[in-house]
Amino acid sequence: MSYTEKELKKELDNKSYEFGFVTDIESDKAPTGLNEDIVKLISSKKKEPQWLLNYRLKAFQIWKTMKEPEWAHVKYTKPDFQNISYYSAPKKKKELQSLDEVDPELLKTMEKLGISIEEQKKLSGVAVDFVMDSVSVATSFKDKLGELGIVFCSFSEAVQNYPELIKKYMGTVVPYTDNYYAALNSAVFSDGSFCYIPKGVRCPMELSTYFRINESGTGQFERTLLIADESSYVSYLEGCTAPSRDENQLHAAVVELIALDKAEIKYSTVQNWYPGDKNGKGGVYNFVTKRGICGYRSKISWTQVETGSAVTWKYPSCILKGDYSIGEFYSVAVTNNFQQADTGTKMIHIGKNTKSTIISKGISAGKSQNSYRGLVKIGKGAKNSRNFSQCDSLLMTDQCGAHTYPYIECENPTATVEHEATTSKIGEEQLFYCMQRGISEEKAISLIVNGYAKEVLNKLPMEFAVEAQKLLEISLEGSVG
Amino acid sequence: MSDTLIEIKDLKCRIDNQNILQGLNLKINKGEVHAIMGPNGSGKSTLSSVLAGNDNYEITKGSIIFLGEDITEMSPEERSWKGMFLAFQYPVEIPGVSNINFLRTALNERNKYFGIDSIPAKDFLKMVAEKSMLVGLDNKLKNRSVNEGFSGGEKKRNEIFQMAMLNPKLAILDETDSGLDIDALKIVANGVNKLKSSENATVVITHYQRLLDYIIPDFVHVLHEGKIIKTGDKSLAFELEKKGYDWLKTDAVI
Repeated sequence: MSYTEKELKKELDNKSYEFGFVTDIESDKAPTGLNEDIVKLISSKKKEPQWLLNYRLKAFQIWKTMKEPEWAHVKYTKPDFQNISYYSAPKKKKELQSLDEVDPELLKTMEKLGISIEEQKKLSGVAVDFVMDSVSVATSFKDKLGELGIVFCSFSEAVQNYPELIKKYMGTVVPYTDNYYAALNSAVFSDGSFCYIPKGVRCPMELSTYFRINESGTGQFERTLLIADESSYVSYLEGCTAPSRDENQLHAAVVELIALDKAEIKYSTVQNWYPGDKNGKGGVYNFVTKRGICGYRSKISWTQVETGSAVTWKYPSCILKGDYSIGEFYSVAVTNNFQQADTGTKMIHIGKNTKSTIISKGISAGKSQNSYRGLVKIGKGAKNSRNFSQCDSLLMTDQCGAHTYPYIECENPTATVEHEATTSKIGEEQLFYCMQRGISEEKAISLIVNGYAKEVLNKLPMEFAVEAQKLLEISLEGSVG
Repeated sequence: MSDTLIEIKDLKCRIDNQNILQGLNLKINKGEVHAIMGPNGSGKSTLSSVLAGNDNYEITKGSIIFLGEDITEMSPEERSWKGMFLAFQYPVEIPGVSNINFLRTALNERNKYFGIDSIPAKDFLKMVAEKSMLVGLDNKLKNRSVNEGFSGGEKKRNEIFQMAMLNPKLAILDETDSGLDIDALKIVANGVNKLKSSENATVVITHYQRLLDYIIPDFVHVLHEGKIIKTGDKSLAFELEKKGYDWLKTDAVI
């Protein structure tokens, strides 16, 4: 049974419900459109406590008063917010019986990425046997984490099982008043990940959403909250090198990291969402707010390899509140065809002797536009703080663009801020040199690009780095002109 | 197979509507060293680029036969696999790509072409050690990014090191002597001489007779306006050093 908007209106008018529609809807999708009742519906569907509903409603009120930002160097048709369905129940993916039923092009790409057959099956939704290795690995993985007191689950589970942690930290780094998309996410977020590392615990393995059991697929409005308690350490991997073909055009996620005193969080992302076709049709809009806050002597390190999405708008940032805290941002952003990316970071130095490093490597190909936008802010009290920024751009064609927008605000005279930027075009000379030595053009491009991005790729966990390298190669196939 | 390594027949080429090579003929046999000299703008570097397959130049006439095969339209990498090597006048920097990784990729690409397995790491490293000794390449340079931050001399030495690793049939040295002091020149020349055999040949493109004291040519050709206007033995180089090119240019007009 599905609703039309008319029927929905009628039901709303009749007020035949308490918190919106609760159990009487069997359809797994909410009607399109956004209003207070939809927000209530989402919350009640998820059986959320009243305070979280209130949080959503407040966010929604604020969102209504906000304007969609236009300062980014991207052009796109604005999403029609009344034409989106904001809730769909954890839908079961259609199970395929064998890999033969999967789009051969998708398989080809996965093969190039060196993804094993079993993994290919899992990623493309083919039914897998329960004896399969990765499942048992995932189970023992969960047991091990449990022993250490590490919590790693979906956001919805966390709301039910660890409400006090959610209540205490959610929205403290990215408040719903922060920006248009953060407000929207706060009102309608579907699900996401939650992670808590107890005091003094060093998480013995890379936490990856890939291993999270009962994952309900990435939603449009994902919410991630990661808390590293005092003196703990965690390395978190987000995303996947396999191409994601998502029906949802708009993705507006919020990620909050909290590194308490002497804790360290390493957050790595490889993003390869559908970038649209060669003519710039279709593709995902990725408008993400990612931010972390550092306590005394703590450290947050963001590493990202971005190759997907039609439009990207993303600035993983660090608030260096605690004295001696460290923020790092390492980024490779590739744009090809008609992709547009406006990405960078904000390093907000508040504490004394805080330190930040920014290494950004943009690669533009085709007719794409690639912008770095970054803010380094040194507060009044940030005595002896330091920043080093390096923003490099590599152009593959004559028709693409690379832009750098660094903002530096310094309110403390004892601080040191350094900024370096270079722009270079992949040289015909470089390519000819490689080819003369017997390295074919495609191979030469990947060699040059990987060399260029090496400083960032080196920061990724080993197996991720290998995949990311191949991903760069594939993203730039036939792109020199 | 005959002793002919490469034969260039009536080669004409242009770039940006400007004719550079204008009917060049040259035949090189195995075991020979040829020097190509000539004033600025005579087409020396163009010749080396065209031989290596740089497609910025449009070949309008003529052909290049390498080991009995017409390679006029062949891609640069395929020429390389078949044994063509160009030591660049201005070696290119490739940041972030180590010298070793670069060469290993090059060797493996060639192996792939010939259907041979990739070279095992152990053998590769042994070869690197051997060949870098030959050209006196500083150990540190092997792990540095290709040519990045190298001095002029180091870059040229690195070219000869790559040549040693790839062991070509025809090596073209494009003004390898430019920017080298006398000691570096000796080392580079010494490396080239050690790599010489009865199976390969070397083309030395140079402005000065100086290099030819160390790499003794069997033939010296003078290039002018895209053609070889005079060929002689090594004594021609001395003559050029003394008299310059003008006397030949006048001859050429007649």
